[in-house]
Amino acid sequence: MERDDLIVNDSYALNATHTEEEGKKIRKKLYNVTILLTVITIIEVFMGVAFKRNGTFAWETIKLGFIVLTAVKAAYIVLVFMHLGDERKNLKYVVLLPYALFIMYLIFIGLYEGLAVQEMNNVWR
Amino acid sequence: MAGHTQQLSKDDLWGGNSSPFGVTYGKMMMWYFLVSDALTFGGLLTAYGVIRHSSSDPWPVGEQVFEALPFIHGSYPLMYVALMTFILIISSVTMVLAVEAGHRKDKTGVIKWLGYTIIGGFFFLGSQAWEWSHFIHGSGGGFQLATPMTVTAEMESGEKVQMNLPAGSWVHMEAEFGHAYEHAMEGGHAAPAEHAEHGGHGEHAAPAAEEHHVNIADLKPAKLILNKYTLEHKDGKDLRKLSVSGEDCEKLWAAQAEGTMAFGANLHKNEYAVQQQYSNFFFFVTGFHGFHVFSGVVINIIVWLMAIGGEFERRGHYETIEKIGLYWHFVDLVWVFVFTFFYLV
Repeated sequence: MERDDLIVNDSYALNATHTEEEGKKIRKKLYNVTILLTVITIIEVFMGVAFKRNGTFAWETIKLGFIVLTAVKAAYIVLVFMHLGDERKNLKYVVLLPYALFIMYLIFIGLYEGLAVQEMNNVWR
Repeated sequence: MAGHTQQLSKDDLWGGNSSPFGVTYGKMMMWYFLVSDALTFGGLLTAYGVIRHSSSDPWPVGEQVFEALPFIHGSYPLMYVALMTFILIISSVTMVLAVEAGHRKDKTGVIKWLGYTIIGGFFFLGSQAWEWSHFIHGSGGGFQLATPMTVTAEMESGEKVQMNLPAGSWVHMEAEFGHAYEHAMEGGHAAPAEHAEHGGHGEHAAPAAEEHHVNIADLKPAKLILNKYTLEHKDGKDLRKLSVSGEDCEKLWAAQAEGTMAFGANLHKNEYAVQQQYSNFFFFVTGFHGFHVFSGVVINIIVWLMAIGGEFERRGHYETIEKIGLYWHFVDLVWVFVFTFFYLV
């Protein structure tokens, strides 16, 4: 039976094959991303060990720095390793936008409510 | 990479003659599954954030809790978990190389790189088993204070500092003493002090082996530790791991709040924090992630055997490698966030 879901003329289609030349280019990109992810991890660990947690503005900035570095790592994993960056635009947005929308709301409402509970605890302790 | 840059008209995309997403059904469903799984993990990590933000008590600090390495003594903050992260990133790279080899229909390449990925997965699982074991056994244990007190403690630099400890503060034991005490509580057949009233009928009195007989009431620490898992830097002073000895040590030891003694962590007690949710979340989130890694390794092995058997040569394409690759990268992706929120922040 002929399959109707076979995608042609796309870089990750079933019938798409990479030549040795293309493979070399792709591998070079992958190695570069590997080095980048490793370096970011080393920086994160260094930051975690080196900086003092004393509840000051500086530490809050470092914390934000961790989250930014994590987001960068996540973006490289999703866009390059999972090659979502090479998929068609509509698939990319169907995956990313609903997730981003839900999770940002969840984080906002969760942390906001959590802090409100803490305030109550401090008052009624 | 060809294809993806071409502009397609809406009619071509949504006209019904082809897949608008340009991917096969299986790959699309893998993406949908990963979105829903990502929401599960997102929910768990957000729940962790809610509990942490709603807590007024100090939360344990990753680099103080996770500072051990197998086979070596000493303090190596975050080194072990950094190694685990590195192992998982490298296994993600070998997986993407397997996918790339698949696109060149390079059977031996696929088998080689997928094999390395499986090895990396086993290394990660083994590391996590050690990590859990260390977390469960703890390093010395501790107890909470029944009454507030003021003690003189010594900083690592040797400087003395006055500490005001509210009731409920954690005081920790040194590893060697703590393990001996835990052993005495569990196996040294002398009745522990708090059970003396109803344990004195003689049935607990006979020790199994004479050399293990330790009277728990005789065990007294020479030194206790303050701020073991909570980092404190105040007024430029490093108030981590303060040691208390002498008279103040005896005072602290006598001020134990009953039933607060904890060694390591389980689902009822933990030595790391006032909040039991701390260890519960650690067990649940890293355990759930570890289970994903485990199922990923199993799936990888199955597909690896299929590749060796030449199944994908017969099919004419290696898309299965790509699909399981998506799952494996997702597992790595989750770990990146677990690493940040459980260990770093």
